[in-house]
Amino acid sequence: MCGVLIELVIMNERVQNKLNILADSAKYDVSCSSSGSSRKNEGKGIGNALNCGICHSFTADGRCVSLLKVLMSNNCIYDCAYCINRRTNDRPRATLTPDELVDITIGFYRRNYIEGLFLSSGVIKNPDYTMERMMLVAKKLRTEQRYNGYIHLKAIPGASPDLINEAGLYADRMSVNIEIPTNPELKRLAPEKNHEGIILPMGLIKEGIVQNSEERKKYRNVRAFVPAGQSTQLIVGASPETDQQILSLATNLYNEQKLKRVYYSGYLPVNEYDNRLPALKTPPLVRENRLYQSDWLMRFYKFSASEIVSAEHPFLDLEVDPKLAYALRNYHLYPVDVNTADYEMILRIPGIGVQSAQRIIQARRFGRLTSNHLKKIGVVMKRAQYFIVNNQLPPAIHDLAPERLKRQILLSDSQKRTKVSETQLSLFSFPSTSNTLIEKSR
Amino acid sequence: MILIYDGTFEGFLSVVFDCYAHKLDPMDIFAEDKFQSALFCEVVHVATNVEHSRRVWAGWQKKLSRELNQLPFLAYLSGESGIEMFLLHFARLSFASPVPVEGNYADEKILAVRKASRRVTQEAMRMIEFVRFQLTKDGIYFSGIRPSYDVLPMILKHFKSRFADQQWLIYDMKRDYGFYYNQRTVDEVKLMDKMFNVSDSKVRTDMLEEGEVDYQRLWSNYCRNITIMERVNLKCQKNHMPRRYWKFLPEKNVQ
Repeated sequence: MCGVLIELVIMNERVQNKLNILADSAKYDVSCSSSGSSRKNEGKGIGNALNCGICHSFTADGRCVSLLKVLMSNNCIYDCAYCINRRTNDRPRATLTPDELVDITIGFYRRNYIEGLFLSSGVIKNPDYTMERMMLVAKKLRTEQRYNGYIHLKAIPGASPDLINEAGLYADRMSVNIEIPTNPELKRLAPEKNHEGIILPMGLIKEGIVQNSEERKKYRNVRAFVPAGQSTQLIVGASPETDQQILSLATNLYNEQKLKRVYYSGYLPVNEYDNRLPALKTPPLVRENRLYQSDWLMRFYKFSASEIVSAEHPFLDLEVDPKLAYALRNYHLYPVDVNTADYEMILRIPGIGVQSAQRIIQARRFGRLTSNHLKKIGVVMKRAQYFIVNNQLPPAIHDLAPERLKRQILLSDSQKRTKVSETQLSLFSFPSTSNTLIEKSR
Repeated sequence: MILIYDGTFEGFLSVVFDCYAHKLDPMDIFAEDKFQSALFCEVVHVATNVEHSRRVWAGWQKKLSRELNQLPFLAYLSGESGIEMFLLHFARLSFASPVPVEGNYADEKILAVRKASRRVTQEAMRMIEFVRFQLTKDGIYFSGIRPSYDVLPMILKHFKSRFADQQWLIYDMKRDYGFYYNQRTVDEVKLMDKMFNVSDSKVRTDMLEEGEVDYQRLWSNYCRNITIMERVNLKCQKNHMPRRYWKFLPEKNVQ
């Protein structure tokens, strides 16, 4: 009896240490989304996936914890300059076995700690060996544990198409990280990698998804292949690309590769000794935030990349958000009459978000909206007042030259003492509350 | 005139019925237990009538858009003072209009109703996020909660379909009732002997399954290790996860 107990304790200690090391190694991957899949709990298994995704905790850096984000192993055969787990770094290394990963995932899931598993890994031995073991974790969860929760698997570039296809049958989402936005820079910082090798599995997964959705239209019982789509991550600030290059790459990925999300990760100086990398004191958090804002503009506000950055302005303005910057550059399009303008134009007013815009469209059917109404609806009038007309605002407010207007807005923002960095990262969580999710209780 | 009802949603709907049937124009509406006294005003008690409330509710729902047909009930759950008068105003506009009126955000009272319902839905969502189960010796996953509003009935379906193969018990410690799922049905329960701390939901150590503490520690350490210290942003953390939920979370309490 006693022996068994001690063994259990020692095993727990070992798993504890491994998980500590592998969580620490996985933290630089920013994706945490658990949305986009609605896998049902059929029969009496464990778990289901909700389309809107759920955050279960928030860490001190303000990021949401939705999935158990962990590396299978932080051993790696590659030596990429920007990566903490590069072969030549001297740091504690660990590998979790498939069974250990399955136990931890199920144990956490049953306690409602997580929405599912996000499994990534350093490359051990070779891509095929790594991919196969990762696939095995997902397979065990789905078949042995009858688990229907969320699974996000990294596709390892260089792994055989068969393995990636099989993994896709168990996963909800797959991703291949591009990391460095342009090919020459990638080759400079990670000589063993290139963009072709990354785009290959991405294309493979895209083809699989397209083919699968065709089949599922014809036959209802076809197994879903990566139903929540794929995503990728770009590191910002480790290499000299412009925001224009980054955003046009993102547009390309959304349009051509049909990605669900592109994540941007401000470069953290993890390997300071490597002189191929810029010497940064702090990660470029503001720039990262501006990129996310631009990404939002492209996905939810019907902007195109060329409206946000151009050859004349290849970098995003760090002082003001990209929507305000657009409005100041295109001042001739304003002011907009909120009582008559169409939805697309209302979305382009600084200080009005998607929710306020929808409310305006609904509410103006019942009567004209005044400044007071707009304020109550949720419009940030302090900002929007310069860009709208509603018969109430003094006309002189629209006579400022764009450059002066910018100064004035910045001044009033700084009086509020909001630092840009404080709004940082709130974009990582999703608008979660949804009526449909909650049981109709009557 | 001030109308008094028994404090249930059916009771409130009966009030709405009477306002139409007897052409009443109340100055205010109170639940019995919230009403203190009125000096210069007539006070009328409205008896709850199941048939009346059913008729009002069925008629009202027809006047609401489909995705918002629970709106009055959700707003009612907020229990905010004055919500009854806002809802009566909302009901009158709904019944008088051929089209749904809940999109009229410019109307202050409708806006108040929508905001109240939003707070309730958000609290239910927070429960779905922050419920933490502890596995007890008798194989039941237990969680105690203290939601601001009475949202426990709204989240049962979620937990039933998600944890279909495990016994669980979610207990509202503030209102002293809970629901137990026995792998077939979800039943309401009221616990007499409590084997847990009613303020932070911690189950007595001798009642915990072996290994439970290990999982809590594993999770707590995981959350610490996944944090990027260079980017600490406590304000953002608190925005998403307000302090009042922290005492129930192992990642904030277990070392």
